[in-house]
Amino acid sequence: MTSTSRQGERLVATHCCFCALQCGMYLRVADKEVVGVEAWDDFPVNQGRLCPKGVVAYQQVRHPQRLLHPLVRKNGRLERASWDEALDLVAGRLREIQGRYGNDAVAVYSGASITNEKAYLMGKFARVALGTRHIDPNGRLCMVSAGVANMKAFGIDRMANPLSDIPLAEVIFLAGSNTAECHPILMQYLWQARDRGARLIVVDPRVTQTARTADIHLQIRPGTDLALANGILRVLIHEKMLDREFIASRTNGFEEAAAMAEGYPPERVAEICDIAGGDLVEAAHLWGRAKTSFLGHARGVEHQTKGPENVLAYINLVLATGRIGRPGCGYGTITGQGNGQGGREHGQRMDQLPGARPIADPEARRYIASVWGIAEEDLPEQGVACTEYPELIERGELRGMLSYCNNPMVSFPNVNRAEASWRKLEFLAVIEYLGSETMELADVVLPGSCWAEDEGTTTNIEGRVVKHNKAVDPPGEARVDWEIICELARRLGKGSHFPYKSARDIWEELRVASKGGSADYYGISWERIEQEKGVFWPCPAAEHPGTPRLFQERFHHPDGRARFHGSEYRPPAEEPDEEYPLRCTTGRVVSHYLSGNQTRRIASLVTSCPEPYLEIHPQTARRYGTRTADMVRVKSRRGEVVVPARLTATIRPDTVFLPYHWGHDQAANRITSDSLAPLGKIPEYKVCAVQLERV
Amino acid sequence: MAKAFFIDPQRCIGCFACVMACRECDSHKGVAMIHLDAIASPGSHQVALTVCMHCLDAPCVQSCPQEAIKVTADGIVLSASKESCDSTRYCLYACPFAVPMHEARPASQDRAPPTIMMKCDQCYDRRTMGLAPWCATVCPTGALAFGEYDEVVAQRRGRAVNEWQFGNQRIRTRVYTFVPRDQEVISIQGEPRYLRYLEKVAYSRTK
Repeated sequence: MTSTSRQGERLVATHCCFCALQCGMYLRVADKEVVGVEAWDDFPVNQGRLCPKGVVAYQQVRHPQRLLHPLVRKNGRLERASWDEALDLVAGRLREIQGRYGNDAVAVYSGASITNEKAYLMGKFARVALGTRHIDPNGRLCMVSAGVANMKAFGIDRMANPLSDIPLAEVIFLAGSNTAECHPILMQYLWQARDRGARLIVVDPRVTQTARTADIHLQIRPGTDLALANGILRVLIHEKMLDREFIASRTNGFEEAAAMAEGYPPERVAEICDIAGGDLVEAAHLWGRAKTSFLGHARGVEHQTKGPENVLAYINLVLATGRIGRPGCGYGTITGQGNGQGGREHGQRMDQLPGARPIADPEARRYIASVWGIAEEDLPEQGVACTEYPELIERGELRGMLSYCNNPMVSFPNVNRAEASWRKLEFLAVIEYLGSETMELADVVLPGSCWAEDEGTTTNIEGRVVKHNKAVDPPGEARVDWEIICELARRLGKGSHFPYKSARDIWEELRVASKGGSADYYGISWERIEQEKGVFWPCPAAEHPGTPRLFQERFHHPDGRARFHGSEYRPPAEEPDEEYPLRCTTGRVVSHYLSGNQTRRIASLVTSCPEPYLEIHPQTARRYGTRTADMVRVKSRRGEVVVPARLTATIRPDTVFLPYHWGHDQAANRITSDSLAPLGKIPEYKVCAVQLERV
Repeated sequence: MAKAFFIDPQRCIGCFACVMACRECDSHKGVAMIHLDAIASPGSHQVALTVCMHCLDAPCVQSCPQEAIKVTADGIVLSASKESCDSTRYCLYACPFAVPMHEARPASQDRAPPTIMMKCDQCYDRRTMGLAPWCATVCPTGALAFGEYDEVVAQRRGRAVNEWQFGNQRIRTRVYTFVPRDQEVISIQGEPRYLRYLEKVAYSRTK
């Protein structure tokens, strides 16, 4: 501890509850209340820095809208109930549905803003206590393109480098990442590099706060990244800016990718992406000539029906130049959710067991069944992606759900359809601590804990496992989330598999379950995390130092080599036409986090950004006779929202932008497309076609 | 060497972390002393960030007929003394950066007039505890920074300037502003120019 506590206060070292940077912070605790935050200035990731959300994160802990007791729907209304009544009802109704329609008629829909311990518990709960194959987290909505592509290219799903490699890069290439608004603390790393002379290339349809000072801004048409990356690869090949030795000794598949890239000369790419061909070539030269570099991408690239292919195409640029696995040579997806990384490793994905093991792998099934003390044949098979739940519900295959740490009524694509299907569920139970748009549809509400009321680990954007510490008890009758899950397991007759007395008990089992898997945590202890300010996985043994930088000697495929993948460009699922002439893209603002459930309740953040708006280019606005603050109806084939216009020349004239953090009539996802990527099933939030009307 | 306060307008992403941090202060809870103004230009998301510049020979201090604005030994210009401030607002007109604010007096101070001049004191309470000002501590990008002068200047490519020319008025400030290397004095003619100047700096490329 380096910080000073004020009289009558104690400081609890923990991490922010919001994005994947997992910034270190102290919570100031006085008389059993969290009264503020203080800088933990020797935590290496953020060194005391906090974004606006972090500064006021503590204000949700004793928020007046905290849920203080269980609720059960009676005569159409959610009414106060006892814990016993609520828990019995959840266990009873889920079992009843399973008895009538089979085990797979219920799903556990989880989240990625929870600790590793809870993520592990949710996967085990679904498979052991409920015996359903349907468990998936909301990470499906953000991280899966990157995860799928990283597994294909590298055989492991993690940022390849510690953030401390970024300042050593000569060129930083950011594709589809509004770093400034979504990961503000990361900006400091970019500036450290730029102070040393680094150049910044940003690919984004908008002049974001990130793109504003870029050396090269490629303001592409939304949904055309694949053509752009292929085009850059072609320039690298034609101008011999390749690391031939690296390609030969450490990769496979270059020739096929190169043959495919040949079809993307600058003129063609310029046409598809609607940028100047010269800018493409300049960016390729900057990238090709660098000795060190970092390439990062985020949801702009990944939220497309070809999200995984986009990621693979950008990875090709890293592999072609051989700049990975060395100091200052880095790559990684810029994960969004607080535990977006750990939340996808510990077995709460439909296709995955703890340790990021594939559920279809017989060896993995045997091992995990033995850790869990169940027969291997009782371990359910692979489930379906949560983004396909609406279809499952419509077909009557899914009838009951336990929902935790998510808010699909804001965050699901084509939310009109999602809402109609959720309303068809025979039973919906939610674990919540503040209430949400999704809770309005619930039959039972189990009041859980906020992040300051429990302990456990998360894994940040760079693969660093960190420890959250408890500051206060949950208010009222609210309970710590993992206890609620264990209570449900007991009522489902599986209590002997959930004997945990503490979050640490779950952690110790998680370590063992991860052992030998791709995400191996076995050598990490809570003591080591504290002493070393986080430990990077893989860390297979107590004496292993952890692995801040991956791929120094080998990649994680059995042959130790990385793979190139060539993919042909194809247009987004929905393109503008006469009826819906504009492209609409959605995203985040700095003041809000995900579905806004937390941040829309914190006054300071609401003041900064009180409502959604439509970013529109002045030229386009003129066609509709629209000025700033005029209300406009934005309509797609799926739904509409009415929001104020915000005229700005920072967006392409053929594109409009909506932030997505609100629900009900303000939900941007009333408009978005639920077309899914064939690989990974991520929705195409970043491109759809809309029409506008001034109201 | 004493630590110095720096503003680097190019790095400001308008995230309001500093404003939120400022609102946390126990002595003016809920009210931020930092000004974060949108630059009304259609091609821009940029905001102009203004903290108190803590001028040497501060015009606000000199303008106050009540001598209500005190300066600490290390040159920090404080908010008006609540006993002395008579709400003349001269300080508002005197300050070339438009920093001082007039806020309602806390109800506990049963004294007319009902408002009092308040401004940034660089977190006097935190600094007496050995902590850095909260806004510069949290700033994600380093647009606000507090540190050893030599260390901060050595890390950045711009020039740290503390000489301002407002029309005929020359001002030296304790707070430094990073500008392109070819500038030694920041010359401003009126507030709109100041904003446009910041916008230009903010949009300049690094090369």
